[in-house]
Amino acid sequence: MSELLAAALRIISDWAIPLIAGSIVLIALLQRVKIYEVFIEGAKEGFNVGVRIIPYLVAILCAIAFFRASGALDLLLKIVAPVTNLLGMPQEALPMALVRPLSGSGALGIMSETIQTHGPDSFIGRVVSVMMGSTETTFYVLAVYFGSVGISKIRHAMWVGLIANAAGLLAAVWVCRWIFSN
Amino acid sequence: MNYIWGILILGGVLLAAINGRMAESTQALIEAAKSSVELAIGLIGLMAFWLGLMRLAEEAGLVQRISRLLRPVLRPLFPDIPKDDPALGNIVANLTANTLGLGNSATALGLKAMAELQRLNPNKNIASNSMVTFLAMNDSCITLVPATVIAVRSSAGSANPTEIIGAVILATAIGFSVAIVAAKTLQRFPVFRIQAPTPEAQNV
Repeated sequence: MSELLAAALRIISDWAIPLIAGSIVLIALLQRVKIYEVFIEGAKEGFNVGVRIIPYLVAILCAIAFFRASGALDLLLKIVAPVTNLLGMPQEALPMALVRPLSGSGALGIMSETIQTHGPDSFIGRVVSVMMGSTETTFYVLAVYFGSVGISKIRHAMWVGLIANAAGLLAAVWVCRWIFSN
Repeated sequence: MNYIWGILILGGVLLAAINGRMAESTQALIEAAKSSVELAIGLIGLMAFWLGLMRLAEEAGLVQRISRLLRPVLRPLFPDIPKDDPALGNIVANLTANTLGLGNSATALGLKAMAELQRLNPNKNIASNSMVTFLAMNDSCITLVPATVIAVRSSAGSANPTEIIGAVILATAIGFSVAIVAAKTLQRFPVFRIQAPTPEAQNV
């Protein structure tokens, strides 16, 4: 059963991009769109977008890397631990929960480490796996998305992102408790 | 954002001083600056590819058709996007790519959607309600194929690496709903209201 699911998922991820690209080209061709020229026309914008997001990415990624390396994050962990304990967050999953909104690669590192220490099929191992899959790196998304259109006044976007993260991370713990408790 | 950035930098300096980690922190900062640029540059190729394809989809009328098809679902979430505007189609494209776990391709499509939302945005340096709602959805979007997580689990010797998918979908659904409610609620708060100059004020 699980092998079948794994195979199905692998097929989806292998086929998705070629299938989408193929259908768009085919439909455009049937509509008599000059596919090559129009594609080039659209693709020209790609470079500008990439360059435009650089300052925003540098600002946020540098600040976060610095914050982590200085040990400030560890201090923050100690401060929030009593609160997150109350919410049912296991102590061992807290570093993951705290880093997830800040840094995608950092979270991936912590997830791998936690899975190695506790085992992939342990409760903690499952919780951090679900945490990784159920939320995005809010600060990266904010920097890249708003940066690409040059917006610096983001209003409630950061709070909404963090609330979404918190909800996803706590839901990860609760759902794991519910599904995997036997 | 100004406060958060200030806290990250000043807190970092303070703690680096207390912990005697100045050298490591400086190194991390330099590394991050370098990798930010690599990340952005690395995105350019795929960005160009998807922008080209989306232009094709637009010319073929595909984006507009998707916008029309999903209008009943998306209209209440994005009331300030006009009827049949291609922005909706682009939002759908990004969310679909996210659901399929297409990584950077999803980001490229998301940036295209942001450009469409910016076209409709009356205040070019201030985020619109639609943008924040879109990012909230994007931030907590369901992923059917969490490929990286599954890879890490299976390399760590999990008996069943994919068993977490059901839990991921459920947890994301909760996060997704909360995100939308949060976006819709917070946009009404006075602190977050758009403080753009009114036409009268501009005339004065």
